[in-house]
Amino acid sequence: MNPETVIARRIAQELRDGMLVNLGIGIPTLVANYVPAGIHVFFQSENGLIGTGPVAEPAMRHRLLTDAGGRTVTALPGASTFDSATSFGLIRGGHVDMTVLGGLEVDAAGRLANWTIPGKMVPGMGGAMDLVAGARRVVIAMQHTAKGRSKIVPTCTLPLTAARPVDLVVTELAVIGFPQGRATLLETAPGVSVTDVVAATAAELSVAADVRPMDLAER
Amino acid sequence: MITVSPEQAAALIPDGASVMIGGFMGVGTPERVVDELVRRRTGSLTVIANDTALPGVGIGKLVHAGLVRRAIVSHIGLNPETQQQMIAGKIDVELVPQGTLVERIRAGGYGLGGVLTGTGVGTVVEEGKPTLTIDGKRFLVEVALRADFALLSAFLADYLGNLTYALTARNFNPVMATAADTVIVDADNIVPTGVIAPDHVMTPAPLVDYLVAH
Repeated sequence: MNPETVIARRIAQELRDGMLVNLGIGIPTLVANYVPAGIHVFFQSENGLIGTGPVAEPAMRHRLLTDAGGRTVTALPGASTFDSATSFGLIRGGHVDMTVLGGLEVDAAGRLANWTIPGKMVPGMGGAMDLVAGARRVVIAMQHTAKGRSKIVPTCTLPLTAARPVDLVVTELAVIGFPQGRATLLETAPGVSVTDVVAATAAELSVAADVRPMDLAER
Repeated sequence: MITVSPEQAAALIPDGASVMIGGFMGVGTPERVVDELVRRRTGSLTVIANDTALPGVGIGKLVHAGLVRRAIVSHIGLNPETQQQMIAGKIDVELVPQGTLVERIRAGGYGLGGVLTGTGVGTVVEEGKPTLTIDGKRFLVEVALRADFALLSAFLADYLGNLTYALTARNFNPVMATAADTVIVDADNIVPTGVIAPDHVMTPAPLVDYLVAH
């Protein structure tokens, strides 16, 4: 299983029936492919859609129906569309149950940097700051390391996305939570040991007493 | 309702104007008016919009033509030309979180001086801004935005200027319709008054100043 699939499948298990969920661009988008059977989730695109479906077949594309990444998606039965003020009211107002976003760095206290690398990449924050500040639960989907360096760091060196800590980080190696504001190893991926994760992590990592293997079964 | 050609619509807008432009990555942007601004080379514009689209699309055409002096947007990541011109000092870019941007525009259109938001607290967005603590939670004071013109795209406009939008092309359009001195709308379809039922009107006609004719 490639790293992206491990991450997406594990995060899909955080979905619960009836949730309103916003998926960011990149690995987070893949989570929609692994929604457990029997669970109905509303996916929000912050450009103004609830009920976002898969990318449309070529003949069914509509130039005025896209997701926040610009893909020509479908709208599922029961979908709704709205303006950007409503869309971000849903986000800031705590109506979005969970958001899944990519990350550049997460620090030992769970703070996220994911919108800019000054001098290299200045795309703008788009909706990321609102999502992290406002969603009820923030889950980060990212590779554990970039160019051999841990993305889970003692303190973020990149500009923060929000002061509020994230709830969960899922990488191809581990699931990490932040109980009492401390990075804590909760689960390890198949074939990965606690020692492996600690060695690959720059931040100080507590190890949960009941650390367990990541469950990646398709449901 | 005054109807104008795309040429006449663009001619209303002088060099140096501030323009709100609807759209999200070009979806819901009035391309015909943008094309005329490019043809006329209306320059030194301040553009207030969600993003600067992509090269060759919507606001991307204005950027490519060097007509934008200042951009107040949430995202420029899909338009490398905006980033290049920003680095070269040709465009002054103010990056605003998307939810804050739309609320600043809404405040401008709804007679408010600004809004209080938790978005951006503890980040670079907070720098230089007043904060208020209410019920123990800290908020940034984000001031209202208005513009000289709003250039909007709608799906249906009736003869009076009542508007509806389609699918995800609504985005910033109805909010901007409230926040500019002159509102110019390019609708995909102009339909007889009455086709849009009162309950389905998304932007009431009195907010619209000009409809772009087909």
